[in-house]
Amino acid sequence: MTEPVSPREAGLEVAAHITGTPPTTLEVVGVRHGAFGALGSGDTSGFGGLVSPIVMPGPTARPYGGWFDDAADEIALALPDRGVSMDAAVERVTVHCDELTFQVRREHLVAFMSTLRDEPALRFEMCMGVSGIHFPDDHGRELHAVYPLLSITHNRRLRVEVTCPDTDRHIPSIVSVYPTNDWHERETYDFFGIIFDGHPSLTRIQMPDDWPGHPQRKDYPLGGIPVEYKGAEVPPPDERRAYT
Amino acid sequence: MSTENIAADEDVVFESADPYAPSYDTTTGTVFTVSGGDWDSIAPPAEGEKERIVVNMGPQHPSTHGVLRLILELDGETVTEARCGIGYLHTGIEKNMEYRTWTQGVTFVTRMDYLSPFFNETAYCLGVEKLLGVTDQVPERASTIRVMMMELNRISSHLVALATGGMELGALTAMIFGFRERELILDIFEMVSGLRMNSAYVRPGGVAQDITDDQVARIRETLPLLRKRLKDTSDLLVDNAIWMGRTVGVGYLDLAGCMALGVTGPILRSTGLPHDLRKSQPYCGYENYEFTVQTQTTCDAYGRFLIRVGEIQQSLGIVEQALDRLRPGPVMIEDKKIAWPARLSIGSDGQGNSPEHIKEIMSESMEALIHHFKLVTEGFSVPAGQVYSAIESPRGELGVHIVSTGGTRPYRVHYRDPSFTNLQAVAAMSEGSMISDVIAAVASIDPVMGGVDR
Repeated sequence: MTEPVSPREAGLEVAAHITGTPPTTLEVVGVRHGAFGALGSGDTSGFGGLVSPIVMPGPTARPYGGWFDDAADEIALALPDRGVSMDAAVERVTVHCDELTFQVRREHLVAFMSTLRDEPALRFEMCMGVSGIHFPDDHGRELHAVYPLLSITHNRRLRVEVTCPDTDRHIPSIVSVYPTNDWHERETYDFFGIIFDGHPSLTRIQMPDDWPGHPQRKDYPLGGIPVEYKGAEVPPPDERRAYT
Repeated sequence: MSTENIAADEDVVFESADPYAPSYDTTTGTVFTVSGGDWDSIAPPAEGEKERIVVNMGPQHPSTHGVLRLILELDGETVTEARCGIGYLHTGIEKNMEYRTWTQGVTFVTRMDYLSPFFNETAYCLGVEKLLGVTDQVPERASTIRVMMMELNRISSHLVALATGGMELGALTAMIFGFRERELILDIFEMVSGLRMNSAYVRPGGVAQDITDDQVARIRETLPLLRKRLKDTSDLLVDNAIWMGRTVGVGYLDLAGCMALGVTGPILRSTGLPHDLRKSQPYCGYENYEFTVQTQTTCDAYGRFLIRVGEIQQSLGIVEQALDRLRPGPVMIEDKKIAWPARLSIGSDGQGNSPEHIKEIMSESMEALIHHFKLVTEGFSVPAGQVYSAIESPRGELGVHIVSTGGTRPYRVHYRDPSFTNLQAVAAMSEGSMISDVIAAVASIDPVMGGVDR
């Protein structure tokens, strides 16, 4: 028997083997075991032993292409005015599907957002809210907050992504920069339990005030009851066979 | 037991019943009555505070545009603070989608903003196609049909905005006219997709069903009638002294306010900024259509009303152009690993898979049957990554954030619904105004609670 490895380590090992790249540059958020949803029963297919990593698009190296490089240069020039360096603020830059993503360290989020909004060459006037993602197996980075931004002046879009560990679910609020994020941050708190420090009134918005748990997290069950149909019992959706 | 009795006999009440709901015992058990109460019985007024009147308008109120709850603090008839209570229509659509295939997701998103189902579907499908990397492979005919359906949908959505907005301010004829005209468009939806609402017609890779020449002809016949009747509706309200008295200068929100609050759509365009994603970031081939972006500079409810009337006219023009642009061809992507395998047709027992397809999978090709089965039950996989796709819905920027981890189900789908964001402007628009103007302001935002709460 070998020592059990964490899903992340297993995923990294497999992904590094498949892609031939060093594991440090890969964005592995989890790992899948088996196939065809065959869990618990006798595995006669042999697919039950499959281990496949979930690899999200990783960091992109320069040049990013198009206006992406100009925007990155402008940010790097403007950030020191706010006492932050580009390297300190930005963890990684990803270009995927013609979309630019800056992964920003949470302590520098407000300075980064202010730069995006106020610099004449950037001028991202509008923040399109915030959406959460929960990766339970991405240890230390379980919760992601994703901010899509729009510049009407330059007709550009980009995305800012911030992560926080599940054990310390705090991300600074950007309501002071983009007041529109008031309700959006309340919604993300409601659904994921991310606490946006500095929000004027961080309360639940969709669920009732006394609701237990945060429904969009992956450890929160979908719920539902089995239904009988023509004598057969159909299990609730989250207990049906999944092909992922 | 009446409320007075409870107040007189507090020990009994707080031991046995809810402190906020009076109760009395019957032979079948305790009956609770929630009949409202006095704020003073819960908390005494603060030192030096005058009488504080907080009025809950909604969530069941004919003037609050659906299950919107407005919490208004009043000084006489002037609103000093306005807050929204939402969540009454939250159905967990985004969570449910994580347990279905990518194609089934369409059936869920169409139920979000129930007045603009085709926009919800198209925004989602554009996002999925972007993740799949097949945006360029979507057939032109499918894109043209999408544009046509979306513009018809924009008309029907704006008609409801005018109709319910009119009703809320007492213009009942406008409501009757608006819903009557909307029916003509819903008939087209039913003819094309089989359903008046919640169509699930736009699918990743194209649309579910082609439209026939007969249907094109019938849509063409409907357009002049719509044009004529829409003039009747707008004539009722444009330059109408009573209507203007209720809406001019009401619900004021200028450009700086819109930017800060992330407000888009007719409200943003009523400040004079011609921002329309159909022009600035075209999708589905909108760059090939001729139309003008409607703007006003009044920043008020009347300006937004005029913009909606103007957009209805522009949309009618786009529908005509789309019908002219329709060329024969496929309406679903070529890629057999993504395209839905079956075509629908109408049989003697209603709509179902076409007989040719049934014949092929049941008696001609074993592989076709396997393929059909795999694609329908398991679905297709979408490469890992995240995208944000945005389109111009009748209410503003409808954005979809889609995350895939490479599986056959969405890992996370989030809708940035314009109603949700725009509703934040209620406080800015109505604090300091009369309580009657709150209704006009909310009507000019035109929130759809299905989209707000999802």
